[in-house]
Amino acid sequence: MTRTLTLWKHGATTGLLGGLITVLLSLTGMVEAFSQRQIVTGILSMDQSLLAAAVVFMAYLAAKRTTGSRPLWVVINSLTCGFVTAAMLMLLLLVGDWIHLRAVFVNASPVLYELISFGHGFETAPLLFVAYPLCALFAGILYLLPGPVRKMFIVSLACILGAGVLQDMLRPTLTAWESLTDLAEWIFSANGLTGQGALALFILISAAVLFWSFRGKAVKTGYRNLSPAGQRGLKWTGIAVLLAVLLILPQILGLFLSEVLTIVGLYVLLGLGLNIVVGYAGLLDLGYVAFFAIGAYVTAILTSPELGFFNLSFWQALPFAILIGILFGVLLGIPVLKMRGDYLAIATLGFGEIIRILVLSDFLRPWLGGAQGIGKIPKASIAGFEFGTPQEIYYLILAGCFLVIFISLRLRDSRLGRAWKAMREDEDVAQAMGINLVATKLLAFGTGAAFSALSGAIFATKLTSVYPHSMNVMISINILCVIIVGGMGSIPGVIVGAAALVGLPELLREFAEYRLLVYGLALVVMMLVRPEGLWPEAVRRREFHEEELEENNNAAASAPASS
Amino acid sequence: MLRGWKERVTGTDVVMWLIGAAILGVVIVGSVATLASGRYAGRHWFDFMVFGLAQGSIYALIAMGYTMVYGVLRMINFAHSEVFMSGPYTAYYVAAAFHRSGFLDTHPILSLVMVFLVAMATSTLIAFLLERIAYRPLRGAPRLIPLITAIGASFFLQYMFRGLYGPGFQAYPVVKALEGQFVFLGLRILKFQALVIVAAAILMLALYSFIQRTKVGKAIRAVSEDKEASYLMGIDVDKMISTTFVIGGAAAGAAGVLYAIMFKQVHFFMGFIPGIKAFTAAVLGGIGNIPGAMLGGIFLGLIESIGPSLFLDGLGIVAPYQLKDAIAFTMLVLVLIFRPTGILGERLAVKKA
Repeated sequence: MTRTLTLWKHGATTGLLGGLITVLLSLTGMVEAFSQRQIVTGILSMDQSLLAAAVVFMAYLAAKRTTGSRPLWVVINSLTCGFVTAAMLMLLLLVGDWIHLRAVFVNASPVLYELISFGHGFETAPLLFVAYPLCALFAGILYLLPGPVRKMFIVSLACILGAGVLQDMLRPTLTAWESLTDLAEWIFSANGLTGQGALALFILISAAVLFWSFRGKAVKTGYRNLSPAGQRGLKWTGIAVLLAVLLILPQILGLFLSEVLTIVGLYVLLGLGLNIVVGYAGLLDLGYVAFFAIGAYVTAILTSPELGFFNLSFWQALPFAILIGILFGVLLGIPVLKMRGDYLAIATLGFGEIIRILVLSDFLRPWLGGAQGIGKIPKASIAGFEFGTPQEIYYLILAGCFLVIFISLRLRDSRLGRAWKAMREDEDVAQAMGINLVATKLLAFGTGAAFSALSGAIFATKLTSVYPHSMNVMISINILCVIIVGGMGSIPGVIVGAAALVGLPELLREFAEYRLLVYGLALVVMMLVRPEGLWPEAVRRREFHEEELEENNNAAASAPASS
Repeated sequence: MLRGWKERVTGTDVVMWLIGAAILGVVIVGSVATLASGRYAGRHWFDFMVFGLAQGSIYALIAMGYTMVYGVLRMINFAHSEVFMSGPYTAYYVAAAFHRSGFLDTHPILSLVMVFLVAMATSTLIAFLLERIAYRPLRGAPRLIPLITAIGASFFLQYMFRGLYGPGFQAYPVVKALEGQFVFLGLRILKFQALVIVAAAILMLALYSFIQRTKVGKAIRAVSEDKEASYLMGIDVDKMISTTFVIGGAAAGAAGVLYAIMFKQVHFFMGFIPGIKAFTAAVLGGIGNIPGAMLGGIFLGLIESIGPSLFLDGLGIVAPYQLKDAIAFTMLVLVLIFRPTGILGERLAVKKA
């Protein structure tokens, strides 16, 4: 009896959690807001896919947690999860029918009840107990499938969802090329993917995933067997292609996507700076936005004719912005030299807030513009070419990113970079090894501040005005999230993190109300499922997966013996 | 003793002393100038102090949650400000219903008790679920991981409540019995401020004696001292961590209703600023230290309400009240520089943090 109970338990508890999540998705208004959008026209709308994704995820979790991995129990567990979820939604419908929920929950509208119950209230509501367990069953079977096939399903379904969600971005990009217009019309209908488009996408991506899982190893060994010169050649060709793509990107993408790219680029600059402070040197800085603000404000004060102090050009002001940024980085670094961990975090958060409040105050208004900020900052220009539109500013930011990536790469492998990493792992041991902690820490703060001030200066000329409200503590927290989600200490990680945490939400602006809700949920899930980040440093990846690696090695060691 | 001081004093020490001396100079000059100008009478200072005390005791109640969680898990529970928000926001609907039916005016005490209970129950539930779902699977992960999870949970909860209850401000119904002021020894105190101070004092006392006197409190203290050892002593560590979140959640829920009584409105973003302030208070008092959190909260509340007028007004600074948060954070940074373990903190050495 107790044994069967433990076997059931995980299905029921994850089902409860799944039910809670689906009920919350419904009551927060996401289901209703998303129902206007189609993923695959006429077949799958976005609200259905949202709810289905929630159930599949939870049922997969239930399958994974099953005690004793007998296939039957896995399936039963995931089915239980699906039934419990359906029951919770049914409960919502019953309660909603009985009490006027809308007095408290603003989104509990009749439309929502119709959407949940597949269109016709209680007539079709029993379908819940068919559809949800079916989704859950799919998740259970997915778990039982061999690795490559499972990966194929997950990746290609995710791609279809992604293509459906981002259709407004993808379709115009495709139709911008005349030869691709037909293709675009074949894949996309007016409000979603077409049936054949979705199917083609599924087959294409499945094939790619399957190819990679069966032949990927051969490709990798092929690469390794190349001569060092050949490897280097291939690497540089790759970099050259990437560079060429980056250079023509804004011309292909159009105004809106270029604007998104510039924002991502600014966050890459900020992220790379914080990556030095937190990722390399291990100093948790929550007031990092202060240096961004200093860079932006120094540029504004030196260039803006509105204040009329100096009226320099952008290029004349930039060195001052960076130097003053470094100066403040070191100055604010000195008092916190002896603090560690959370004390450091909260002290730097204090610094960041102090600077923001000072800028915002009426007291410094004659110099810093108070709440209105400073306007009329001139655009940057080289030899008559002015960086005005997002497409042009993109190149300015791209140049900044290349510079900062180059410096980061060189610093990472330098003596200083190694000193930072030693300090990150253990300050006392690092000091015992002869590292000057004071100088090393201040250099980290200074370098980070320099990158951030550069980003701030570009930000000021991009917007042609600066406001204290764009310098709040949420920016610091966002940058921290970018580098941790990307993978701490890893330079490609910062770029991937910025694209995922800044770029994606910008693309989904029409769901503005739910952007941060999803953002928060994604952060939590990400930390639970993949704490090392999207593109971690090799060392960190190994640290997080030490046990798995050992198991793999043991398996590899024992395999030849048994055969 | 004094010989060889040149070797022991480094450049950074000198810089820090200079910073400290400069700020001390500003404070002294400003205070003297303000007092000499005689712009504020004694009655004004008393009003400032009562307001500061009321606000400070709210900070203190929230800070308990931060400090206790930090004690057992060594993590900054960023989502605690949302635990604080969830209680009064949910209880608003109870209060509004009582207000509509007139029950609030006929039975003010009973209805206030109900509002408190609903708020505390909601906050407790949110704190409990937060720990179970988001934090428990992360035991033993590197320290930044729970921090990011907490930040994510904070966003999620904020916007979840925004979705559930709508994006606008809700005006908390005014309790008629708490309007007006009463005179005590010739000093006039606003009734609702008195309620906030007394209620917070009772709650803090209850919490403190719970932690100090009961067996569960003892177990929690043991867990925050040494997790492995308390596990070996037969303490259910996971259960104690849950209990810590539950107690912190209840305190935050109660603090939330007090906050709503004082500022008369609720909003999905209302937790953010008090949350940061309360965490500052916890650090001021020495994080992980429960009496320290209380002291830090009250200290911060007082400094915030008295500071702008006392230190800055005399220096001729325009609109000094805008700078009250800057004073609070300067205070924090100063305490951290000159006494890195906080006012009462001694248990957590620099190394351990």
